[in-house]
Amino acid sequence: MNNEELKRLKKRKMLNSVMHGIFLACTLFGVIVLAVLMIDILRKGLPWLSFDFLKNFPSRFPKKSGIYPALLGSLWVILLTAIIAFPIGVGTAIYLEEYAEDNRFTEFIKLNIANLAGVPSIIYGMLGLAVFVRLFSMGRTILAASFTMAILILPIIIIASQEAIKSVPSSLKQASYALGTTKWQTVTGVIIPYALPGILTGSILAISRALGEAAPLIVVGALAYVSFIPKGPFDQFTVLPIQIFNWAGMPKKEFQDVAAAGIIVLLVILLGVNSVAIILRNKYQIRMKD
Amino acid sequence: MEPILSIRNLNFYYGEHKALKDVNMDIYKNNVTAFIGPSGCGKSTFLRTLNRMNDFIENVKVEGNIIYEGKDIYSKEMEPVELRRRIGMVFQKPNPFPKTIYENIVYGLRKNGVNKKEVLDEVVEKTLKAVALYDEVKDKIHKSALELSGGQQQRLCIARAIAMQPDVVLMDEPTSALDPISTMKIEELVLELKKDYTIIIVTHSMQQAARISDYTAFFLNGEVVEYDETSKIFSNPRDKRTEDYITGRFG
Amino acid sequence: MRRIEFEGKERMNRLEKAVKIILTTLGLISIFTTIGIIFSLFEETFMFFKEVSIVEFLTGTKWTPLIEPTHFGVLPLVAGTMLIVVIAGLISIPLGLGSAIYLSEYAPKKVRKFLKPILEVLAGVPSIVYGYFALTAITPLIRNIFPETSVYNALSAGIAVGIMTIPLVSSMSEDAMMAVPDSLRNGAYALGATKLEVTKDVVIPTAMSSIVASFILAISRAVGETMIVAMAAGSTPKLTINPLESIQTMTGYIVQISMGDVPYGSLAYKTLFAVGTLLFLITFILNVISRHFVRKYRRAY
Ligand SMILES: Nc1ncnc2c1ncn2[C@@H]1O[C@H](COP(=O)(O)OP(=O)(O)OP(=O)(O)O)[C@@H](O)[C@H]1O
Ligand SMILES: [Mg+2]
Repeated sequence: MNNEELKRLKKRKMLNSVMHGIFLACTLFGVIVLAVLMIDILRKGLPWLSFDFLKNFPSRFPKKSGIYPALLGSLWVILLTAIIAFPIGVGTAIYLEEYAEDNRFTEFIKLNIANLAGVPSIIYGMLGLAVFVRLFSMGRTILAASFTMAILILPIIIIASQEAIKSVPSSLKQASYALGTTKWQTVTGVIIPYALPGILTGSILAISRALGEAAPLIVVGALAYVSFIPKGPFDQFTVLPIQIFNWAGMPKKEFQDVAAAGIIVLLVILLGVNSVAIILRNKYQIRMKD
Repeated sequence: MEPILSIRNLNFYYGEHKALKDVNMDIYKNNVTAFIGPSGCGKSTFLRTLNRMNDFIENVKVEGNIIYEGKDIYSKEMEPVELRRRIGMVFQKPNPFPKTIYENIVYGLRKNGVNKKEVLDEVVEKTLKAVALYDEVKDKIHKSALELSGGQQQRLCIARAIAMQPDVVLMDEPTSALDPISTMKIEELVLELKKDYTIIIVTHSMQQAARISDYTAFFLNGEVVEYDETSKIFSNPRDKRTEDYITGRFG
Repeated sequence: MRRIEFEGKERMNRLEKAVKIILTTLGLISIFTTIGIIFSLFEETFMFFKEVSIVEFLTGTKWTPLIEPTHFGVLPLVAGTMLIVVIAGLISIPLGLGSAIYLSEYAPKKVRKFLKPILEVLAGVPSIVYGYFALTAITPLIRNIFPETSVYNALSAGIAVGIMTIPLVSSMSEDAMMAVPDSLRNGAYALGATKLEVTKDVVIPTAMSSIVASFILAISRAVGETMIVAMAAGSTPKLTINPLESIQTMTGYIVQISMGDVPYGSLAYKTLFAVGTLLFLITFILNVISRHFVRKYRRAY
């Protein structure tokens, strides 16, 4: 190798190392931002976090402000959303994977679901406003909000459940059929038990997505200020992200820190929900020995 | 002797590909019938036509008749679910459900509406004994079936099939994934089981066919070249191709 | 052994039929949802265009639906959205792609296992939190550097949207790059290429269409992102390319109107749906293009 070539090789290797560093930096950027974001929120919010904060109503005074109605509102909405979306989502996935024939129409449904997954969440809010609030005259209630959220997370649940159902080994399905079972018996006997961890994980992730959503519920008509406790599906409501949104937009500077405290509550709930997903997945993980 | 299954002029297609050509055969009750032949000749395909497991493969076509109890199994009167209850199947690779041993055995019964505990308990014990697994697993009947060895799993799959009290048990190379000892146990089991069941077994082992079967069919390229009593096939084959195959001179 | 009595097949068959009908109905719900979206958006939009010409809507440069004299030119909202998208793209695309390259090509297995979940967490943080971060941390920082920046500004919101969409670009691109078979890489290594050259000349070109798809998807997400812009970008519909000014996006406008008390059925109320329809169409087209690229990639294998 002559000098010229050696030099070139050195330069190429240099460039490789430099770019290696840059790529690493790109990755670390996300990590650092996450750390900064968390520290920033904890620093601002922790001093305001107390038991009173959890059980107080919102107030004009930052010190007296609490998150209780929003917390309950979020729990109501999420509970109903799950009840509505889970059976429909899993049922649709079972239909698409096990029952539907491989034809144009099925293709169309699948394409349609993929498209729905990409629709901005605020559009679902407009759907909710037009269909649930007005057309079905549910009003600006928890019920309307839950239906809206359910439709929003449905594509996520369907797609996750489809993946889980696809992962069921065909040898197990065949074994079941060979024992003289019908399709539905095989679905309930083999497919759902085997796919359940995947289905649950996907559904819980979808639920946590819904917990953090504010935009569609603003359109559906969550209240900005709630001074009562929602008692049932037909009550008006607010949810955590909307309460946080309101605080963050208030002119008094302290309210921004109250908002941070609200964010901590929201993040803790999300953490809890996601841990449940991980625990469920680990507990029910069923693997075939090879 | 009366045949339990009569196959007449059977053709089978995967799309355009004709995998079975004009198969005619009578399967006799309480006998072991072995299917032999080189890889890809259609043994598994034929086996699956007998309990309509081919229904799950897309784009296939069946022509001809398979008569079981006086009815064509591909006719409208025959419910495939019902048929599979009567003609059970054991697969090449052991495929127990990720459930307990007990639940594996009673799976088919439960699904068919049998839920009485005494009945299920009795069936579990009897079938485990029938497949000579009882002593090995009696302490872990409520443990996961996946903890069993491959050979034990395969015997469990046989137990699961006979728990349905079928008339016929189809076995597709049930020992090809197993060690020699497990293979031997399953062979003994097959000989034991033929008292109560009619057994059809696909095998790549000439010795196995010779050891356990009463009838043997030799398949080649989707055709049945020769079908006769096993002793005749192995001692005095009529067709040159059969002779070549069983003496190992083939291909 | 005693002969077992099986249940009759009548009941089984009936159940089977019922199940099939129910499941098929569920399968149709997604179609009804789409019809619902289209119906609920388009109906009011149609009413809107009875009062405002579609040409004014699409080409007008003033958006003052609530203040006399009213103007219904949507371009300022589109421009605001575009500004956010550009800023966000300038962040998410290079950083997302850089992360993807690092994770797929350079990172040791252990490092990858550690970093990947962190990026996933970044994706799981609700957008309201990013909005808060933009308003209370990014904006003050920008105002330190450029004091003339307004409290609500496109730059801060755009940066936050960009950060939020990094994981989208990185995970989708990484998946595509991981799927490139090693045999292709080894071919280049055997010719004495460095890792960078292999990445640049083999991996990225092979995975290109999926990478492009991830970019488009990130853009689509930025177009539809709502809470961050509602919190940090302002509510001043404006035709500007200055990122330090307060602007308004299409989504920001929808939030603003939804929070106010605009009477049902009024013209202002209908603008909500006209803007919503435009937003829906833009994101829909972007998603279709994105999927087109993904399919191209799949076909390449
Ligand atoms: N699902 C299928 N789709 C299309 N063709 C198939 C399918 N299954 C089998 N075939 C084809 O049908 C022919 C017979 O296959 P079959 O599995 O019945 O052979 P076999 O005798 O069981 O072979 P082996 O001894 O290897 O198990 C082969 O040519 C095979 O390629
Ligand atoms: Mg075979």
